[in-house]
Amino acid sequence: MFRNYDIDLADMPIAVAPAAYRRSSSHVKILEQPKVSTDRDIDPVAYWAECLVRIRDDRDQKAFVEVFQYFGPRVKSFLMKSGADAAVAEDCVQDVMTTVWRKAHLFDPTRASVSTWVFTIARNRNIDIARRQRRPEPEDLSWGPQPEPEQTEVIGLQQETQRLGQVLASLPKEQRTMVEKAYFGDLSHSEIAAETGLPLGTIKSRIRLALERLRKGLT
Amino acid sequence: MAYSAGTLPEAMNLIVAAHVSMCDECRAAVEAYDAVGGALMDNVDAVEPLSDECLSNALALIQQTDLDPVLARPERKDPKVPLPLENYIGGRLEDVRWRSIGMGVKQSIIPTSSEATARLLYIPAGMAVPDHGHNGIELTLVLQGAFEDEDGRFACGDMEVATEDLQHTPIADISEDCICLAVTNAPLRFNSFLPRLIQPLLRI
Repeated sequence: MFRNYDIDLADMPIAVAPAAYRRSSSHVKILEQPKVSTDRDIDPVAYWAECLVRIRDDRDQKAFVEVFQYFGPRVKSFLMKSGADAAVAEDCVQDVMTTVWRKAHLFDPTRASVSTWVFTIARNRNIDIARRQRRPEPEDLSWGPQPEPEQTEVIGLQQETQRLGQVLASLPKEQRTMVEKAYFGDLSHSEIAAETGLPLGTIKSRIRLALERLRKGLT
Repeated sequence: MAYSAGTLPEAMNLIVAAHVSMCDECRAAVEAYDAVGGALMDNVDAVEPLSDECLSNALALIQQTDLDPVLARPERKDPKVPLPLENYIGGRLEDVRWRSIGMGVKQSIIPTSSEATARLLYIPAGMAVPDHGHNGIELTLVLQGAFEDEDGRFACGDMEVATEDLQHTPIADISEDCICLAVTNAPLRFNSFLPRLIQPLLRI
């Protein structure tokens, strides 16, 4: 059963991420603040989780547009770094975002942030399209409908995600580049060696070091 | 990490997904790596602007779409076969069509993309797989029984990661026939003549 959505794009507020998430990149269009001023001070991880709840419970298209305008360009950027051309990447963004709309009720804020969840959807879609392969996924943990998540667990995950972001930002540039290449460049360790001219052993130990730092930053 | 980044060949994704279904610790590790991917995606230096049609198309699409129905988690047909593997072999271990590869050891190759090969191995209780080394990576996940080699003992749900450095002779536990899912991305290096001779025929 579908509800009737009557929505005019021109009335849509331009999505503006909470203050902490905004970047000064010239690519990002920052227009007016959203009219709901309470959104501004809230922690970004919590803010996006709330948007997903609005999409899930109220089928809120304004929340969808906000999520789209924030994550869409990031997904596109990830896909293009993984070798997709602009047109394919946009098609894929569309798929990923409609998946967010269809599966909002399967998002579990105690296990992942919205960024992580969207990343996994984009990665899987990318494998489907680019490699025409199946990607086997682990068995689901949940059995049947879940109760509303415990707030303390949600907050715990949000704090960890925040800290992961901070640690990642504070990595030395060289190490950050390594981790980025492993994720976005779609390069194996030996291919990274060929691209950067570094021997394989150095690469492996650098990636391990980078991840170890990430982990320590979280504990 | 490579599983999380989505850069592994299909056969390796399969064995990782199967192992993670049996091992909570590794599930947590995979989800932590997913979080790294999410954080990297979130913190890109420059984002790619989208065309206006992209949003309007997506909005048009969601008008016709409701939440997906929540399906009950499917039950395993065989308690020994995690679902990601069941999707490839169709059902129970006892229905697998085995082909003998000698000395009582049997295999059944699972079709995946060609960069790596996945196979089920059946090693009768107490039997050994001939001594071999590795030209690449060999991942071995125990589904039934257990085996022991130079690296230790691997029981149901355990996964051994063998690299170029490991030379081993896996021996199945005497108590029960051992069934494993094994994935290789390069041919094995057998030390004795006979296995080397028949190796190409067995695609091992």
